[in-house]
Amino acid sequence: MSTIITKRETLAGKRIRRKEDPRLITGTATYVDDIKLPGMHYAMVVRSPHAAANIRSINTKAALAIKGVAAVFTGKDIEGVGPVPCGAALPGLRVPHHTILATDRVYLVGHPVAVVVATDRYIAQDAAEAVEIDYEVLPAVADPEKALAPGAPPVHPQWPDNTAFNFHQEGGEVDKAFADAEVVVKQRITSQRLIPMAMETRGVVADWRAAERSLTLFTSTQAPHLVRSLVAQCLGLDDNRLRVVAPEVGGGFGSKIDTYAEEILMGFVAMKINKPVKWIETRRENFLCTIHGRGHVDYYELAAKRDGEITAIKLKIIQDLGAFLSLLTPAIPTLSVLMMPGLYRTKNIRADVVGAFTNCMATDAYRGAGRPEATHGIERMIDILAAELKMDPAEIRLKNFVRNEEFPFPTATGLIYDSGDYAAPLHKAMGIVDYKTARKEQAEGRAKGKLLGIGMSTYGEICAFGPSPATPAGGWESAQVKIEPSGKVTVMTGISPHGQGEETTFSQIAADELGVDLDDVLVLHGDTSIVQYGIGTFGSRSTAVGGTALYFALQELKTKLKKWGALLLDSEDVMLADGQCTCNKSGKSVSFKEIAFAAYRAMKVPPNMEPGLVATYFWEPPNFTFPFGAHIVITEVDRETGDIDIKRYVAVDDCGRILNPLIVDGQVHGGVAQGLGQALWEGVVYDDNGQLLTGELMDYAVPRAPMMPWIESSHTVTPSPVNPLGVKGVGEAGTIGASPAVVNSVVDALSHLGVRHIDMPLTPEKIWQIVSKHESGRPA
Amino acid sequence: MTQSITLTINGTSYSHEVEPRLLLIHYLREVAGFTGPHIGCETSLCGACTVEFEGKAVKSCTMFAVQADGANIVTIEGLATNGKLHAMQEAFWNEHGAQCGFCTPGMIMTSKQLLDRNPDPTEAEIRHGIEGNICRCTGYQHIVNAVRAAAKAGRA
Repeated sequence: MSTIITKRETLAGKRIRRKEDPRLITGTATYVDDIKLPGMHYAMVVRSPHAAANIRSINTKAALAIKGVAAVFTGKDIEGVGPVPCGAALPGLRVPHHTILATDRVYLVGHPVAVVVATDRYIAQDAAEAVEIDYEVLPAVADPEKALAPGAPPVHPQWPDNTAFNFHQEGGEVDKAFADAEVVVKQRITSQRLIPMAMETRGVVADWRAAERSLTLFTSTQAPHLVRSLVAQCLGLDDNRLRVVAPEVGGGFGSKIDTYAEEILMGFVAMKINKPVKWIETRRENFLCTIHGRGHVDYYELAAKRDGEITAIKLKIIQDLGAFLSLLTPAIPTLSVLMMPGLYRTKNIRADVVGAFTNCMATDAYRGAGRPEATHGIERMIDILAAELKMDPAEIRLKNFVRNEEFPFPTATGLIYDSGDYAAPLHKAMGIVDYKTARKEQAEGRAKGKLLGIGMSTYGEICAFGPSPATPAGGWESAQVKIEPSGKVTVMTGISPHGQGEETTFSQIAADELGVDLDDVLVLHGDTSIVQYGIGTFGSRSTAVGGTALYFALQELKTKLKKWGALLLDSEDVMLADGQCTCNKSGKSVSFKEIAFAAYRAMKVPPNMEPGLVATYFWEPPNFTFPFGAHIVITEVDRETGDIDIKRYVAVDDCGRILNPLIVDGQVHGGVAQGLGQALWEGVVYDDNGQLLTGELMDYAVPRAPMMPWIESSHTVTPSPVNPLGVKGVGEAGTIGASPAVVNSVVDALSHLGVRHIDMPLTPEKIWQIVSKHESGRPA
Repeated sequence: MTQSITLTINGTSYSHEVEPRLLLIHYLREVAGFTGPHIGCETSLCGACTVEFEGKAVKSCTMFAVQADGANIVTIEGLATNGKLHAMQEAFWNEHGAQCGFCTPGMIMTSKQLLDRNPDPTEAEIRHGIEGNICRCTGYQHIVNAVRAAAKAGRA
C-alpha cells in the first residue's frame, strides 16, 4: 500500500506511489512501436536458419517484385558500416569482426543476412520470406566445453581453438592454503544460459532528415547516449547530429545496454531510402538475437579448516560467449571473479576464466551480470563444505563473514567493500522463519518420510557501476536541475529508467532538498537532444550514481538560490526552507517563484552570478557500493512428481538507505522472480547443431503468477559511505540472492539421501529422477 | 482484397476496410489508433494484448480483425470513465502493480474480468486468474495486492 502525499513533508523513506504510473495504467505511454511517422516504412530482417554455413548466393528478385517493397539490402550493401561494437577489453582478447549483416558466412541461428523494407509490416514479412538464400551448411558447436575440446568445429576459422581469451586473477597464497588444508571440497557447478525476456522486445524507428544531415533513432534502450556515440561512429555521422530517444522502455534487465546491429541497420536504411523506417523485433527474434545471460561452467575448489574456516578458493570458469562479442560480453565473467569470495574473509583466491566461442547468441549482462553466477557458486560451495563438516549452514557462514570492524574491507580480488553488517540480515531472516523450530519440524517431517529442505544464501553484490576506470565507457553520471521562470523544478538525468521508477525517487530527492512539493518536480530522461550526456541505467547504478549527481547539482542550485535570495532580501544572513528563502534577522521571505522571476528577469544580478537558475553536475563515484542480504527458503519436494513447493520465501536485503520502500519491495520481488526462474524453470537449450529449441514462450518457462511464492521481504539498513545519500542499489539483489537459496533448500531436502549438488534448473523431471535413483526400491 | 468491418471500440463506432489476414491487435493499434494494448509475443502466450471483447478478456493477437465485425470492444483506453480511473487502475497505481508498464494494460483488463466473475478471490484464485498474463518485472506480488485492493474497494 502506498502513501499519498498531500502536504509538504520529508519524502525520503516514504511509500510514495509512482509518478510514472498514470500513463502506464491508462495505456497512453509511448513505446517505440507506438510511434508512427509520416511516410514510415517497415523493415523485416531475414535471418539465418543455420548455426554455421557459407552463403553461396542471395536472390532478392522475388522479394523486390512484391508490390510495396521499397528496398532489400544485403551484407554487400552495408560493408563499410559498423562493426557492431564490443566495448570490453581484456589482454589478448580476440574480437571477431561483427558485420551488421552477414557477408559470406553465418555464425549462429538468427544471424541477420538481409533486410527488407516495405510500406507495410505484412508486406515486409511476405517479402522477407521471398528472399532466397543458398547456404552450404557447416558443422557447428553449441556447448562451450565441447567447443574447447580438440577437434571441435571452429566457430571462427581463424581461431581453431575457439578460445577468445584466458583471464587469470590471483590473490594471497593459494597453493600454500591448499597444501595446509584440513579439508578440500570440489564441485562442478553450472549456471545455465538464460533469456532476459523483457516484455517489450527491442525496436527502432529511424528518421533521417537529409537536408539537416540529422538522424533520430527512437530505440528501446537502457543507454541512449551510448547508443548515440556508437551508432554515430558506425554510420560516420557527427554525434551531435544523431538524436537517440529511449521513449517508454518496456523492461531491459541488461539486455538493452548493448548497441545492436539493428540500431545501426535502421539508421543505414533510413538514410538510404530517405524515409522513416520502423523495425520491431518479434518475440522469436528476441529469443534468438537479443543477448542471453549466464552460460557458465564452473569448477570450484574450497580449502578449509575442520572448524569451518575457509582458507582458499579456486575457480575455473568456462564462459560460453556465443559467436560474437556483444557490448560487454567478455567483461561479464570478470565480474564473477571479482565477486567470487562473496561475503567471506578469505584472502586466498585463484580464478581462471576461459572465454569459449560457440555458434550461439552472445551472452552479456543479464540482471546481476556475473554476480549471480559467482554468488550461486560460493553459496553452493559453502553448503557443500558445511555438509562435509556436518556443520549448520548458518554457523559456517557466520564464522566466515567479514567482521563489522574490518570495513572498509579490501578483498583478495582487489575490491574494497564499503560497509556492512553481514550477520544482521542472516539473524533477522533466521528470526522470521524461526530457524530452530523449522529445523525441528524438518527432522520430524523427515522421520515421517517428508522431503523438507531449509536453504539459505548470504549474498553480496557489486552495485553503483562504477568508478570510471573500472568500466568500459565511463562510470560517472550526470544531472541537471533547473528552476524554471515559474518556480517549477525540472530535473534532467543521464540515467535512463525503464521501470525502476526514478521519475518518482528523483522527484523525492529534489523535493526534499529544495523543500518543494513532489508535483512541482518534473524528471526528464532518455532523450539525447534534451538531456546532457549520461551513461544510463544498469548495474544498480541509477540512484547511487545518478541520484548522487542530482544531489550535488541540487547543492549548487541551492547556493545560487541563496545568492539571489540574499540580493532580493538585501541581507547576507539567509536560509532556504520550504520552497523559500528567508532572512534570519528580519524574518522576511521570498518564494522560489519570486527568486526565479528575478533570476530570469535579471533587472539586477548578484555579484559574480549569471542570470537563470540552472546547475549541472557530473559525479564520479569513488567506489562501487556493496549491498548484501540473506534469503532463507523452505521447500518440500514431492517425491512422486518431483515438484518443488516453496513453503516460505524470506528475503532480508540491505541496500543501504531506502528512499521509497514501495519501489524497493517491487525491485526485490521482481529480482527474486528472475532468480527463482533460473533456479527452477528457465534454461536456454540449443541442440548439437546450434538450433534454439527454447525459441518461444511455449518452450521457455518464465515464471507465471501461480508459480511464485509469497515473498516475505524486509530489510536491514547499513548506509553506504560512498555517496551522501547513503544508498547502495537494489535492482539486482533479489536475483542474486534467490537461486542459491532455493537450490540449497532443495539439496537440503534431499541431503539425507546422499544428494550433494544439483544443477539448475531444478525441473520436476530432474528432481524425480534424482529422488528415484537415491531411494532404494524405486524405479530409476 | 479487403473486407468491410464495423465495430464499437470504447463506445465509439468504427468502420474500416481491412485485409482478412489483419490481426485484431494490429487493427486496434495501427488502424483504429489504440496503442494501449501491446504486442509481447504474437502467440497468445503473454497476454499484453488483452482487451475486453463482448465482455470477455481475449488476447487480440490471436484474432483477426474481420472476426471482430459487429463486436463491442473495450481497450485499456476505455476503462476510465469521465476522467475517473477504474478501481483496478487506481489499485495498480496505489499498490505499485506496474514497473515497466508493458504488460500493465493487458494485466489490468484480465484482472478486471477476474473480479467481474469473482468479486472476492483468494490469493490462489487471483494467481490462477492472471496466469495467462506474463509480467517480467514485479514477480506478481504487487499485482496480487492490487487485485485484492480493487476487490476490497468494490466491496466498500
